[in-house]
Amino acid sequence: MIAVYLLLLIPLVGMGLLALQGAGRLAGRINVTLNALALGCAIALAIDVLLHGPVLSSGKLLYVDSFNVYLVGLTALVGLTTSIFSGPYMEHERQIGRIGADRLRLYYSMYQGFMLAMYLVLTTNNMGMLWVAMEGATLATVLLVSLYRTPESVEAAWKYFILCGVGIAQALFGTVLLYFAAEQIPGLGEEALLWTVLHEHASLLNPGVMSLAFVFLLVGYGTKIGLVPLHNWLPDAHSEGPTPMSAILSGLLLNDALYAVVRCKMLVDRSVETPMAGYLMMAFGLLSFLVAVLFLHRQTDIKRLFSYSSIEHMGLMTFAFGVGSPWATFAALFHMTTHSLTKSAIFVTVGHAAQLSGTQRMDKIRGLIMTQPVIGWGLLIGTLAIAGFPPFGVFASEFLLLVATMHDYPYLTPFLLLGVGIAFAGLFRHLHPMVYGDIPQDQKPIEANLWPVILHLAVVLWLGLSMPSFLGNWFNQATRLIAGSVPL
Amino acid sequence: MSIHELDYYQQAVLLLAALIALTSFLMLGQSRLLRLIVVFAGQGLLLAATTAMVANALALPHLYISAGLTLVLKGIFIPIMLQRLVMRMALHREMETIEHPARVMMGGTSLVVFSYYVSLPVVQLSPLVTLNTIAVSLSVVLLGMLLMITRRHAVAQVVGFMSIENGLFFAAVVSTQGMPMVVELGIAADVLVAAIVFGVFFFQIRASIDSLNVDRLSRLSEVDR
Repeated sequence: MIAVYLLLLIPLVGMGLLALQGAGRLAGRINVTLNALALGCAIALAIDVLLHGPVLSSGKLLYVDSFNVYLVGLTALVGLTTSIFSGPYMEHERQIGRIGADRLRLYYSMYQGFMLAMYLVLTTNNMGMLWVAMEGATLATVLLVSLYRTPESVEAAWKYFILCGVGIAQALFGTVLLYFAAEQIPGLGEEALLWTVLHEHASLLNPGVMSLAFVFLLVGYGTKIGLVPLHNWLPDAHSEGPTPMSAILSGLLLNDALYAVVRCKMLVDRSVETPMAGYLMMAFGLLSFLVAVLFLHRQTDIKRLFSYSSIEHMGLMTFAFGVGSPWATFAALFHMTTHSLTKSAIFVTVGHAAQLSGTQRMDKIRGLIMTQPVIGWGLLIGTLAIAGFPPFGVFASEFLLLVATMHDYPYLTPFLLLGVGIAFAGLFRHLHPMVYGDIPQDQKPIEANLWPVILHLAVVLWLGLSMPSFLGNWFNQATRLIAGSVPL
Repeated sequence: MSIHELDYYQQAVLLLAALIALTSFLMLGQSRLLRLIVVFAGQGLLLAATTAMVANALALPHLYISAGLTLVLKGIFIPIMLQRLVMRMALHREMETIEHPARVMMGGTSLVVFSYYVSLPVVQLSPLVTLNTIAVSLSVVLLGMLLMITRRHAVAQVVGFMSIENGLFFAAVVSTQGMPMVVELGIAADVLVAAIVFGVFFFQIRASIDSLNVDRLSRLSEVDR
């Protein structure tokens, strides 16, 4: 139990500490240490939950079960590896004069602030606090998007702030409706907004109000997932902010927003007898997937390319949770893991590639594999993995999803297959020249730290070849919570 | 049910709801920034008054705290901060042209009708007053969005944004007698930080495009051009 408090306390302390002592090489190491400590707490928490079942804190404010504990672990892992990458990366940015000491301090402090918001989103039991933490995540990252103060980055940050702010306001309206529905049940009082209490009484909640609430919650949190047509902020914010930011936005924020939607869906499904919530998620998910794969073909900026790929994969996961059968839910959970590991690895490599060639424009990035093989191969393998090539984990999770869709909605499988094909073409038409093309003059290797990439890709490869039984068991437990039964 | 059968409390809630909706329309039609901010402050004050009245009528002491928070944040702090920024950046003389004011107003009216339609499921659950106020709060939210869509000036967009929050807060107060205290405090903290970040942004935007007309923020596009 103490692990969950520590998990929230560490980034909180870190935020203050790094605000005071945030410039210079030391700050990068402090950031790594803090994230490593948080990962330790997450692992302790995970073991506790797996052995002894869900944990509810004494004030009932925090609740950890097998669904969110696995996301806590994932968040802590990606947070740590990204921070390992971000130290030298930000130091390089400081040396070339893109940012000063003050902004570096802001960066490190807000990195911890963002981690705090993410842990709070995942562990809170209160649907209102969930909203507050989600908005907190926007506030923590918005000034980081505009860190470089270029006109483009300011524009991206403004768009991010306004769109996500207005979007998430809809989720607050949904939360108010949720509270309203719960208040109709006598005797809940102040506890009426606690997820555990709502889940227990879900069948008594008024279906009409709950459906209305879900529409608002989906639109609200869906903005943060990057669902089409609410996705406009995502490629901008990912492409203009510092690269470590793109890695954690893509690897963590999107997942955690989807987590919020799935928690809401679990309540609505028990209250409304029809699969209305599932259909809505399927429709939004499929639309996002198909639109994003088409946009992949028309990109010029390497980070924008991969942010559209994030939209594509988030759409796929939203779709999978919408299908809602145990197989599909299992696939979605699995895909969350593989996508977030692969995508953060790709963003780390992309960051290096952009520093190597001094630009993010894809027509200027050439000959990576010749100049610095480790970056070239990293990008190539990462893209193979994200495109769903066997034997990587993304293939396994996408294949599971296809099988699940074939079982329940066979007429939708062609769309998925088509989309996967278009995405593959879209990624590789840009990738090929970047990796293999002729080396531009005076392009020199840079100091690069690719351990995070190698680690992530190795894990993804391992997951694709064989899933360790404890992880399978873990996913099974989470699937039982969400879908009511296990796949096998 | 006719208006005579309602008690004073219900009548007062309806009156305040109507006034809050009215301030939303006033903002929609106001082209001067300083006056827009004054109307926004008025909306905050009305909201605080509603909260205090609900606290008094239903004897819910914790609502006094949120009334106080609303008064300080929405009625005093944010309007004064915005006003100072406008004065400091010498924007107070600027007038925005509102394109097609009649159409905007008609659009606003239809949004109100739409809100009443959407809130129908709530009708079956509660007496008349709640129906009206949920619909009014939803329309304040939607009118805030309309304000953001029709304006090009960053300050006006922030006012729209904050007015959306007002609508949400109004919904929480009248339909569920406020949210649990932790949540209220959290939301207030978020709003406060958001207001400060917006202030920072005004300077960043001005430094980058030499204006606060967000239409000129048009460098990024979905696809290559």
